[in-house]
Amino acid sequence: MDRLPPWVDVVLIPIISLILAFLISGLVIIGIKEDPVEAMRTMVQGALGSSYGWGYTLYYATNFMFTGLAVSVAFRASLFNIGGEGQAMMGGLGVALACLFIPWPHWSFALVGATLSGAAFGALWAAIPAYLQAKKGSHIVITTIMFNFIAASVLNYVLVNQLRPQGSMDPASGRFPDTVALPNLGDILGLVGIPFSRSTPANITLFVALIACVAVWLLIFRSRLGYQIRAFGKSEPATVYAGISPVKITMLTMLISGGLAGMMAINNVMGEAERLVLNAVEGAGFIGIAVALMGRNHPFGVFIAALLFGFLYQGGAELGLWTSIPIELRIVVQALVILFTGALDNMVRMGVEAIYTRFRKAPPEVIKAAEAAE
Amino acid sequence: MDWTKPQGRPATAAPPPDVPAIELKGISKAFGPVQASKDIAIRVMPGTIHGIIGENGAGKSTLMSILYGFYKADAGEIFISGQKTDIPDSQSAIRAGIGMVFQHFKLVQNFTVLENVVLGAEDGALLKPSLAKARKLLKELAEEYELEVDPDERIEELSVGHQQRVEILKALYRQANILILDEPTGVLTPAEADHLFRILEGLKAEGKTIILITHKLREIMEITDTVSVMRRGEMTATVKTAETSPEELAELMVGRKVLLRVDKKPATPGKTVLEVENLRVVDDDGVERLRGISLNVRAGEILGIAGVSGNGQSQLLEVLGGIEEATGSIRVNGDEVDLTGRHSDGQTRRARSIAHVPEDRQARGLIMDFTAWENIVFGYHHDPAYQKNALLMDNAKMVAEAEAKMQRFDVRPPNPQLSAKNFSGGNQQKIVLAREIERNPDLLLVGQPTRGVDIGAIEFIHQQLIELRDAGKAILLVSVELDEILSLSDRIAVMFDGRIMGERLPSETDVRELGLMMAGITDEGEEAA
Repeated sequence: MDRLPPWVDVVLIPIISLILAFLISGLVIIGIKEDPVEAMRTMVQGALGSSYGWGYTLYYATNFMFTGLAVSVAFRASLFNIGGEGQAMMGGLGVALACLFIPWPHWSFALVGATLSGAAFGALWAAIPAYLQAKKGSHIVITTIMFNFIAASVLNYVLVNQLRPQGSMDPASGRFPDTVALPNLGDILGLVGIPFSRSTPANITLFVALIACVAVWLLIFRSRLGYQIRAFGKSEPATVYAGISPVKITMLTMLISGGLAGMMAINNVMGEAERLVLNAVEGAGFIGIAVALMGRNHPFGVFIAALLFGFLYQGGAELGLWTSIPIELRIVVQALVILFTGALDNMVRMGVEAIYTRFRKAPPEVIKAAEAAE
Repeated sequence: MDWTKPQGRPATAAPPPDVPAIELKGISKAFGPVQASKDIAIRVMPGTIHGIIGENGAGKSTLMSILYGFYKADAGEIFISGQKTDIPDSQSAIRAGIGMVFQHFKLVQNFTVLENVVLGAEDGALLKPSLAKARKLLKELAEEYELEVDPDERIEELSVGHQQRVEILKALYRQANILILDEPTGVLTPAEADHLFRILEGLKAEGKTIILITHKLREIMEITDTVSVMRRGEMTATVKTAETSPEELAELMVGRKVLLRVDKKPATPGKTVLEVENLRVVDDDGVERLRGISLNVRAGEILGIAGVSGNGQSQLLEVLGGIEEATGSIRVNGDEVDLTGRHSDGQTRRARSIAHVPEDRQARGLIMDFTAWENIVFGYHHDPAYQKNALLMDNAKMVAEAEAKMQRFDVRPPNPQLSAKNFSGGNQQKIVLAREIERNPDLLLVGQPTRGVDIGAIEFIHQQLIELRDAGKAILLVSVELDEILSLSDRIAVMFDGRIMGERLPSETDVRELGLMMAGITDEGEEAA
């Protein structure tokens, strides 16, 4: 029954969930004999109180937008892509290869080339589990998890044996040439006269991520492929009746999903590290699942949720820096946010629904439908 | 009622005949803004069969769920044999002597009949005494009421009719005095339904009280003593069956006069549109579901396929609709249709002007979470007319088109932005029909066009099918409702066990003959195709 108006579903329920998550986080902080108000202040100040803090928040958010979009596109087809982590790792490899071995004349060409290369590597890495599910019936949740481990091993091998510069002890590639260095967010905002810190990792990829949000929205809600993806996600028997091939949709959806996860690498590998290191993804692939859940698999929801998780990441790091609260508490807070916005979503929803139906008459549309049903 | 004693509880004393076995007073129940039951009152005397009839969504099932303790009424009282009784859960309902036979059986498929009967009513930790007792009881009941079932057979091996008997036996084993049956004949052949009615008559003679919920007027007229009509959550009338007529009941159900018979001119068949030859389908388990089907349908006629569900009609529709693969040959307008491979799917069938209204509209025909307009595009979403440009679809155009089609097919409410699941069964079916018929196909495949559809909408849907026929289109109709087959078809083919048992003209056959053919019995000399 969709008895709740959209604003309650999309805005009110996530906010209530968040408040609950923060309240319980507060209790945990009280439990370790620290001051929750002070902790909150440190997080907000550290993440949003300066352009330096914003820079980091936006940098993390950019990662989460890509992985969140990746998960949400797959969710639309009822495919649970847990392999964002591995796909982003492979995307990193694609970006690194493009940056190291192609002599780009200018960063703008490099950005396009590396984006395509990263997306292709991520898509390829998602294509294998997709094929195994579509054709052989192995469950995509299992295979994508396994492919995360395989990706880590592949990366390890490639970095240690192929890409590591001679004489280096570090399992990482060499530095990318200066011509592929992406413009910093501070530089870009400086062009339009906005003063912004230049010492943060936030870079032009943020805008690529925003474009990706809009593109995914158009894909899902305005294109024929998106229509077919949504149809497949809602009812496989119906799509077979309509003549939509489940194999084709599974493959295409996972290619897009993996491609989006792979594109994350232009942010962290090309934009920030400017070389490929082990574990460059730092769990962003998994955060993407939470971001998609909280964002209701909607590109704009993903955008908002990515900002929130960017804030949690950066604010949590500040906690560890400036207070005696261990940095692990960041993980506790994130876990609580995921728990309440994702897993316990129905708990809050049922409560809100009960209150809502008691205090308000249903919208006329629903009453009419109910009458027509008689 | 000697057999109730081993159960270890005192047998319920038979109520005096002038006290109602069950009486409801002022039962009301609302789900949010929807009033599912409004001030319902019924009295059912012991030893009678009481029918409750109403359209889908009229509140019959809600009422029964209240009686069986699944829902709690917001207001009202229940009296069992004159005693005010609270029924907070199904255990209390069973203790009060109420037994329920659901439309969808609640049996453990890989348990035996005996195990299913005892399940939840075991006497102790050891099964053996309970099973032995149940075996004895089952034997007695079988003799008394024609309720024979092999106690050691697994449920999955039983026919649907026999499974239903197990449900009745379960209720009797729990000493039910009041038996409620929800749409019991939906899955039965006419012969099985007759058998069920004999069982019910026998139970009635024993003094049991039976409540029969159905939307089939014929059953109400045939077996009930009294009948209550429900509409929009209210009880609009309770009458003695002998003093009413199907027309009157239909009018009470719908709230207006209803045409129960289909008005149609004789068909004027043209050229052959569909030719099917020696169609065979073997399913994943290696069972042959279609064993050489041959038939043809001409322009301007309706070929009705009768049969008990599960005899291959579904496979036939799915092969024709491009969902399942097959061997044999199908020609449409003289051209061969691919039955396997890349060119055998719903898209290629639609390209050949074959439209398909699937049997299961909720699983196949519609996407319940999609809006009405998204559903009206469904299957035809490749139409270039729906593209705004190479990349994007023209949503505004699709919405406008959907709204126009919904108006023409009287879908209520005609709001294209409403999700399919918010429409009633009849209106959902109208959405599917609007989508398929408005494409003006040469051949329309229709499965169970009025299953779960209210009487008012049935009338409309039948008219639409006749109109399409009169426009010179070929229609292949599959239905388990014999009445529907008889009133709509110009020719009738009966399917049994993956074969066509024979063809009849509706004017030259009757329910009895078709019923025998549906059970696989044909007159001698009649060759099974």
